[in-house]
Amino acid sequence: MEDQDFSLAELCIVAGAECFRDEGETMVTVIGLVPRLAGSLAKATFSPGLLMTDGEYFLVSEPVPVGKRDGYKPKVEGIMNYERVFDIVNRGRRHCLISPVQVDRFGQMNISAIGDYANPKASLLGARGYPGNTINNRNSMFIPNHSRRSFVDGEVDMVCSAGYNRDRYPSRKIGKYVCLVRIITNLCVMDFLGKNHAVRLISLHPGISIEEVRDSTGFDLEVIENIGETPAPTSDQLKTINALDPHNLRASVFKDNPAGRRPA
Amino acid sequence: MRTLDKTASLADLAHEVKSGMTLGIAGWGARRKPMAFVRELLKTDVRDLTIVSYGGPDVGMLASAGKIKKLIFSFVSLDVIPLEAHFRRARQAGEFEVMEVDEGMFQDGLKAAAKRLPFLPTRAGIATDVLKHNPEIQLIKSPYKDEEVLVAMPAISLDIAVVHVNETDIRGNSWIAGPDPFFDEWFCRAAETSFLTSERIVETSTFNDPIKAVRMPIERSLVSKVAEARFGAHPTSCGPDYGIDVEHLKAYSAASGEGWLGYRAEYIDGVDIEKYTEKVGGSAAISKLPLPVF
Repeated sequence: MEDQDFSLAELCIVAGAECFRDEGETMVTVIGLVPRLAGSLAKATFSPGLLMTDGEYFLVSEPVPVGKRDGYKPKVEGIMNYERVFDIVNRGRRHCLISPVQVDRFGQMNISAIGDYANPKASLLGARGYPGNTINNRNSMFIPNHSRRSFVDGEVDMVCSAGYNRDRYPSRKIGKYVCLVRIITNLCVMDFLGKNHAVRLISLHPGISIEEVRDSTGFDLEVIENIGETPAPTSDQLKTINALDPHNLRASVFKDNPAGRRPA
Repeated sequence: MRTLDKTASLADLAHEVKSGMTLGIAGWGARRKPMAFVRELLKTDVRDLTIVSYGGPDVGMLASAGKIKKLIFSFVSLDVIPLEAHFRRARQAGEFEVMEVDEGMFQDGLKAAAKRLPFLPTRAGIATDVLKHNPEIQLIKSPYKDEEVLVAMPAISLDIAVVHVNETDIRGNSWIAGPDPFFDEWFCRAAETSFLTSERIVETSTFNDPIKAVRMPIERSLVSKVAEARFGAHPTSCGPDYGIDVEHLKAYSAASGEGWLGYRAEYIDGVDIEKYTEKVGGSAAISKLPLPVF
């Protein structure tokens, strides 16, 4: 296939959509622009069964384009008030793509507080629904700034979510519904299919080396054999992304909107 | 015949709140918060409150005013502005105790209180620091053959719940016009008594409409007082009547710390609801605030 231009944001959107390839009629909760476009791309193409909302209270039969609506009316197919969201969480038919501030080698996430809990250096949002989401339904992450500050040594400052740290569970038995699927970053794609659910590097964005990823990660990474590049968006995918983001908001995700193929 | 007239002024509602009480504030983030009531409460000398809230500027203002002894919460956010500056400043300074729980645990705490149960079991919280920072929250083993260990989320019992709605009658019947009733009903059921503030007080016959009736989750027996508060959720939204006042929230955010006294003087102290409405642009401007699009 002929090589074409695509941005790093578009590469991440396509990689994010892959989280939802086999989800069937699962509800996706996609917080932030890249996750939202990733879920939308999946629903608009290979995963039409996904349940998605308009970002507020209504289920929609087709993904709502992001940004100013310009007369577009969401195609409502049902209601998804907050109380119902928790019913779905508890039953587990949900997959979230979210952006925590810190992640550790167990996949534990933090969006509550940085530093000492009693007098935090930075108070953030609060644990939100992370504890319930992670013990009940599938979760993936989009981390736009892959660094040792986001992928920390040891555990995250406030463990807001259930991960793969056995020692934190009653009888050291990991929760039966805990399932962390993928991490998409500005450098690579990772999963949790290493030994004992260790974080494992599964593809590198074009121009990025294994060393660069390792240097930017606060814990040891497994790497799959014969690691390849993160698949580039196809021209059809780029067309769909453009329709889902008609105002090109994705150009502002990363500083200076870098190309997806970076010089090595 | 008794008229069941529950109408009161915003000041009456605020004066029912006593120091040391546990107060539940309904709504969600920057949506349908009883802000006119909160502003009225800031004018009183009440203190040492335990505040229970899916937090927005209600929590931020009470924090800046030094009214909070303990905050029971899952998040505090202005939605359109993710981090709440007033809450952050106070939280970083350690100005109040916190009970930070999962959003579902929060809901289960209200539901346990509503059912007059000591707790409800949930998986949420297992393997997280929510348990470490709230050592009073206990685990419980299933008495059935699965023997699963679960979190026993304790009841969150409220002295008073306050909810902002689109319409009430004088008897405390109420209608929530927006698509999401949030957990307002559960705040009321968890409380000894509930107060409603309302965009409009209407005739009871207004609710003689089967379509409207499905959006009336709070039966009047839960409610003891009703106060009219047109634009009473501002600067949060009250769909479909008006959206979030993003510009006001930006100015409010900038007024954390040193700016707080200026904000108070401008919008709270000595300012009644009519004057407030005028100061934030008038009823026509508020009515035009667009509903949030995400």
